[in-house]
Amino acid sequence: MDTVETTTPRPHQENAAPRPVGESVTRLDAHEKVTGEALFADDLQFGPNMLYARIKRSPHPHARILKIDASQALALPGVKTVVTGQSTPGFIGLYLKDRHIFCTDRARFVGDPVAGVAAVTEEIAERALDLIHVEYEVLPPVLDPEDGVRPDAELLHPELDSYEVANFIFPQPGTNIPNLFKIRKGDVDKALSEAAAVVHHSFRVPHVQHVPIEPHVAIAKVDERGRVTLWGSSQSPFAQRNLIASALGISQADLEVVAPYVGGGFGCKAGVSMEALAVAIAMQVRGRPVKLRLTREEEFYTTFVRQGLVAHFTMACDAEGNLTAMDNKFYWDGGAYAEYGVNMTRGAGYSSSGPYDVPNVRTDSFCVYTNHPVGGPMRGFGQPEMQCGLEQCINRLALEIGMDPMEFRRRNCVKEGSNLVTGMKMHATGIGECIEKAAEAIGWGHKDPPSAPHKRRGKGIAAMWKAPAMSPNAGSSAWIEMSEDGKCTLGLGGQEIGQGTFTVMAQMAAATLGIPYDWVRIASPVDTKYSPYEWQTVASRLTWSMGNAVVAAAKDARRQILELVARSWEETPEDLDIVNGNVISAKSGRSSSLKGLVVYGLAKPGDQGWIGGPILGRGSFMPTYVTGLDPETGQGERAVVHYTTGAQAVEVEVDLETGRVQVLRGASAFDMGKAINPDLVNVQMEGGLVQGISTALFESLQLQDGVVRNPSFVDYRIATSADAPRDMQSIIVEVPQDDGPFGARGVGEHSMVPTMPAIANAIHDALGIHPGAPPFTAEKVYLAMVDAGLVK
Amino acid sequence: MAHHKISVTVNGSVESVDVPSNMTLLTMLREKLGLTGTKNGCTAGECGACTVFLDGEPVNSCLVLAVECDGAEVRTVESLARNGQLDPIQQSVIDHNAVQCGFCTPGVLISARALLDRNPDPSEEEIRDALVGNLCRCTGYVRILDAVKDAARVGAAAGNGGSR
Repeated sequence: MDTVETTTPRPHQENAAPRPVGESVTRLDAHEKVTGEALFADDLQFGPNMLYARIKRSPHPHARILKIDASQALALPGVKTVVTGQSTPGFIGLYLKDRHIFCTDRARFVGDPVAGVAAVTEEIAERALDLIHVEYEVLPPVLDPEDGVRPDAELLHPELDSYEVANFIFPQPGTNIPNLFKIRKGDVDKALSEAAAVVHHSFRVPHVQHVPIEPHVAIAKVDERGRVTLWGSSQSPFAQRNLIASALGISQADLEVVAPYVGGGFGCKAGVSMEALAVAIAMQVRGRPVKLRLTREEEFYTTFVRQGLVAHFTMACDAEGNLTAMDNKFYWDGGAYAEYGVNMTRGAGYSSSGPYDVPNVRTDSFCVYTNHPVGGPMRGFGQPEMQCGLEQCINRLALEIGMDPMEFRRRNCVKEGSNLVTGMKMHATGIGECIEKAAEAIGWGHKDPPSAPHKRRGKGIAAMWKAPAMSPNAGSSAWIEMSEDGKCTLGLGGQEIGQGTFTVMAQMAAATLGIPYDWVRIASPVDTKYSPYEWQTVASRLTWSMGNAVVAAAKDARRQILELVARSWEETPEDLDIVNGNVISAKSGRSSSLKGLVVYGLAKPGDQGWIGGPILGRGSFMPTYVTGLDPETGQGERAVVHYTTGAQAVEVEVDLETGRVQVLRGASAFDMGKAINPDLVNVQMEGGLVQGISTALFESLQLQDGVVRNPSFVDYRIATSADAPRDMQSIIVEVPQDDGPFGARGVGEHSMVPTMPAIANAIHDALGIHPGAPPFTAEKVYLAMVDAGLVK
Repeated sequence: MAHHKISVTVNGSVESVDVPSNMTLLTMLREKLGLTGTKNGCTAGECGACTVFLDGEPVNSCLVLAVECDGAEVRTVESLARNGQLDPIQQSVIDHNAVQCGFCTPGVLISARALLDRNPDPSEEEIRDALVGNLCRCTGYVRILDAVKDAARVGAAAGNGGSR
């Protein structure tokens, strides 16, 4: 077991990493993805025995289920089964088990699954839904998180105190609060009273959807003994195995999850969202595969959402521009079930100072049950929503005290050794460099003339930090098996969701083992029966965590090879190396290809038998050093594994006639410790910036009385090829992670965290108007200009 | 549901297919012919993942009924590479790291190939216009734009406008 107990930073050595680490090699999944050969879950073929499932969903945001009559549906020719909550009474949930696979007595959001049908065609299954008659008693809904915490609020989960919960989540029994995370650091009231400048602002960040281009799909098959196989588009095959097996009361060993390429995840395919429905239905039609694929409409209103946030910030600084206090209240619209929302609440709390050194902080971060779609993880895991308001307040405070916002950030940003908001000591970080470089890249301090007289230009910047928000002991494992010719197959359980993880894992394995990059194959698809354990593909944790496991497995294989050859050559392993697929001796000058010896071993001299055997490297990694935090103060020795930091700066142009905001250019600078594949890092930064622009300018899931009013690409607009700025600069900053493979830490999600506030700050720079909460649509900006008297 | 026997040329091969009246070209390709390279992202003509050539024109195959394709010629992403030789647009997408999750990629490739076939030297605005119906959530688009531009350049150098 590779565990790292200490946090002593290693000195950074330029170009110290062995090839091909640090090289922008070609993605190993690119070829099959451009030919159409790459298989996604819906592409798998199951033959004519397969049934199709559809789901009957609650039309009410909150209702008691009085009666379900499925007799007419069951009588429809082609219908094979109708399943309701009666057949799946167990609880399911990642951090807090508060949910049934199908509703039992109560529906808690519009779209909550009430019954499931399996039929010989999708059309028949769909028709059968209309023949299931459900009697509801409509209950008053909770539609706003601040309403939900009121003492007289309707309770959505009266049984909250009886739910099974992880020990770092703090539900408040008798309320709608499945988690309350508190920070109490220093003396906030005193600092506020002594401050030179104080700003106070509130923000309502709307729900948004992940919108992968591939909708959710799951195919389940249950054999006569009750053993389950589940194929699906999944970021979390092992978590699904664990959670679904627990809910059904079967062994994890009897539930196999097969997870081919994911056609975009962004968090919505993490944990269990709809997959358990397919399994529960398949239980009733044993031997037959049952496919459930969501329509695009269902994708919008029934899957995990990026939850809404109501955030109140008060922050203060002294006359020199040093941040002295923050007082934050966050009300997260967790939706009908806790799922990931409770942990986002926690993550927002322990990052609630933003990437700044603030001596006095008070934060109350509430996760609140509402009758809205379920809050799930989305790229950034709460940080884009929280830092959207925080970074606008930082800007206002800087301007209030008369300081350049970039300079204010550079002055206050965390540094190595800073006493963080939880009491944890900050590790070495390149945030100051990120702030400077992002600003410099867009010509900070210099205002270009607009492209037309009716337009205004402005520049904005925002900094960020984010830690992997996960269970403290989330683990990874890997194996390496050699083939006869010396090439290898790398087994891993993390998912290729587009971020390029298979490629960087192959790079790390090749570099560690001493073989060319194109000698590495990935054992895919990930299959819980054959692949090694991986907690989940979330939290931007794979490069760091799974990377450590892969390096450990490659080191293990390498050690076995060198010991074998050393024994045969009568040398010591320390004198041997593997370079470009050949074992070489620095001492004797001997050299041998890996061919043959990695499987068949080596013959002893004189035909006197053999030594060695098939080489199988294995490695695992789990952080062991994260400590608990005090429930009343949020203080503890080590809240998180590490923080990735960075900044974005953008230049916008606003059309005074229409209110349209165009992002002309954007610069992203992030400290990912070590870029294993620099161009894959660049494309993460570009893709994240455009997704950030999309959420800043266009996206909002319009919930009216609990109903999603815009569940289509026409009504829920995402950025298209027309919206991407031509000028996107990506800047790699490398301050190594002490326990990261080759010094690496994650960067996938971070690239969209600062985008909303950077654009908001640029709009302010252009117009003198604070746009507040996103999306900064043409309409919203235009009306704000009217209010401000800029246009008539 | 009435069924129809249709004859359709798919990727150069004449196929005789029995299709119900309401089956889309997309479903026929994926479920009758096993050509799963063409993707289903919305079934409403809004995302472009299902783009194929129908008689030389790019269409959303989820909006075309299979019965309409009787006697027609259809080409899918599977037809772009021949004998292990990638189309220049495929190679260019790889070279520019313009593919991430890969789910929109087949549709993007068809739209891009259609553009280059009718306009061998497109401007950036023309490329953006041609791809505006192909949603991508991963890449941020600029790599795709660059890949198309580069494929056009390669095609021009080969003297065939990028077409093979």
